[in-house]
Amino acid sequence: MINRLVFENLKHRPVRTLVGALGICLQVTMILTLVGLSRGVLGSMAERQRGSGADIVIKAPDSSALSYGLNMPEAIVDLVRGMPHVAQATGNLVHPISNLDSITGINLAEFNRMSGGFKFIEGGPFRAQNDMVVDRIFAQQKKLHAGDTFNYGHDWHITGVVEEGKLSRTFADMQALQEIFGENKKVSVIYVKVDDPKNTDSVIADIEHRLEGHKVYSMAEFVSLFTASGVPLVEGFTEVVIGVSAIVGFLGVFLAMYTAVLERTREIGILKAMGASPGYIMDILLRETLLLAFVGTVLGILATYGTRALLAQIAPNLPQMLVPDWYWKAALISIVGALIGAIYPGMKAARQDAIEALAYD
Amino acid sequence: MPEIEIRGLTKVYHVGDVDVHALRGVDLSVDSGEFVAIVGPSGSGKSTLFNIIGGLAPPTAGTVSIENHDLQKMNDEDRTTLRRAVLGFVFQKYNLLPTLTAEENIDIARHIAGKYKEPLSAQFQELLKSLKLEGRLHHKPRALSGGEQQRVAIARALVNQPKLLLADEPTGNLDTENSQAVLKILRDLNRRMHQTILMITHNPEAAAFADRIVTMRDGRIVTA
Repeated sequence: MINRLVFENLKHRPVRTLVGALGICLQVTMILTLVGLSRGVLGSMAERQRGSGADIVIKAPDSSALSYGLNMPEAIVDLVRGMPHVAQATGNLVHPISNLDSITGINLAEFNRMSGGFKFIEGGPFRAQNDMVVDRIFAQQKKLHAGDTFNYGHDWHITGVVEEGKLSRTFADMQALQEIFGENKKVSVIYVKVDDPKNTDSVIADIEHRLEGHKVYSMAEFVSLFTASGVPLVEGFTEVVIGVSAIVGFLGVFLAMYTAVLERTREIGILKAMGASPGYIMDILLRETLLLAFVGTVLGILATYGTRALLAQIAPNLPQMLVPDWYWKAALISIVGALIGAIYPGMKAARQDAIEALAYD
Repeated sequence: MPEIEIRGLTKVYHVGDVDVHALRGVDLSVDSGEFVAIVGPSGSGKSTLFNIIGGLAPPTAGTVSIENHDLQKMNDEDRTTLRRAVLGFVFQKYNLLPTLTAEENIDIARHIAGKYKEPLSAQFQELLKSLKLEGRLHHKPRALSGGEQQRVAIARALVNQPKLLLADEPTGNLDTENSQAVLKILRDLNRRMHQTILMITHNPEAAAFADRIVTMRDGRIVTA
């Protein structure tokens, strides 16, 4: 019977119900979109690293998995190449363009050997110093085609568009990049392919011994660091967004339920006159809140499919993953926030004076 | 043993710094099966008396005993239990829940009393027939006339078979024809089912349907 009353109450005031549910929907969408984005972006970065074909990654001593330190001398690449069980080694120069953008200088012949080579969608490889190759996502985002010129820290000539998934989104000849940006004979990262995957650990130990202080990762270990928990900034940002979204959901429910209590003052008085206890009144409001939270959560989950499709259109470089393992967490956050939002209006309703409530018009 | 026993009842409201004496020592007894009308002008204290007997407001002093339960000794929770178990209310403005159908309005009273799963008594089913609500029970209040709404309110008030039915101006919002119909229903309930009824009204014609008329003025009973 209470469920019937709850359902009819929500149906009776569709705008109020919609506002409450949308507050929770927004909260759930914010959480799931952010988590999906961080996973999608970091996942695509990991995928590109795997696309290099390397078994081992060497970075400068002051670097981290997701950042580059001072560039290393290119001579280290030759040193590594000469180590036992090392089949291939190639150095890359990663030059930052802006906060999150960079261009990667590669030795094309070595890169092709290690990764299996680019698959060109348009045009072909770079040949001259100012030539640049971009992947499909970057080309789509910047509306670039082979033959275009493009300023990306320098005036480049786009010679080709390749399929995504190989190391970076933007490529130039390493020697050209070294000269243009004054990083002669320097590399930012070295990729190593071993003769047999079984030898990976021994080669890593050998490199660590020879290049003391450098960061040496197996590819498996390296890509495992591309998670939100591995990036303190992303983890902290996620926590902040969860906190903000919880407040949004709380306020949505608080307003919806507070309005509901005011609107239904007389009805609460009627129930009290019939002998409804404060617990009975509270039960009605909490059930309404839970139903709002449920509807809002379902809408929020569905909305993440929309944000994913939208981002794929307007920002293809920001892939958003669907995160079903987070659905229950987002639902829990929204339900707890909603119930907290309903406590004050619920207490106000439960304590309402029956005579005053019955006199309310 | 009287169903309602009131002795020396006073009620003082504090409005700012002013004390308003709504009841000034009311004595009243209502026997089981009686139909009593309380009449009086506005401000005579009849609504205050109604609210105290209905357990909606606590008395300031004096004793009010309903079915041997002393209201003076009761807290909010006890009074809520009393309303649920012993009392049925009919209001001037019907006070049906607008989101529920007529039938659901009756059902929620049963649910509050914890009797939702019990079958309707034969007596109540007979009452429903006499209220002539067939075909109207699945309508929401906005689709019912004032007379129909008040008949639903009477059914709701009686579904849990309360010892005492309290009616506050039950015909106040009705036209003459519907007023007569509602008053006849109340009198019929009292005659056939021995339902104790305490009705507040300012209308002498409505009061004439009762067995006894109690007149109030300035917080006191002047004729009983």
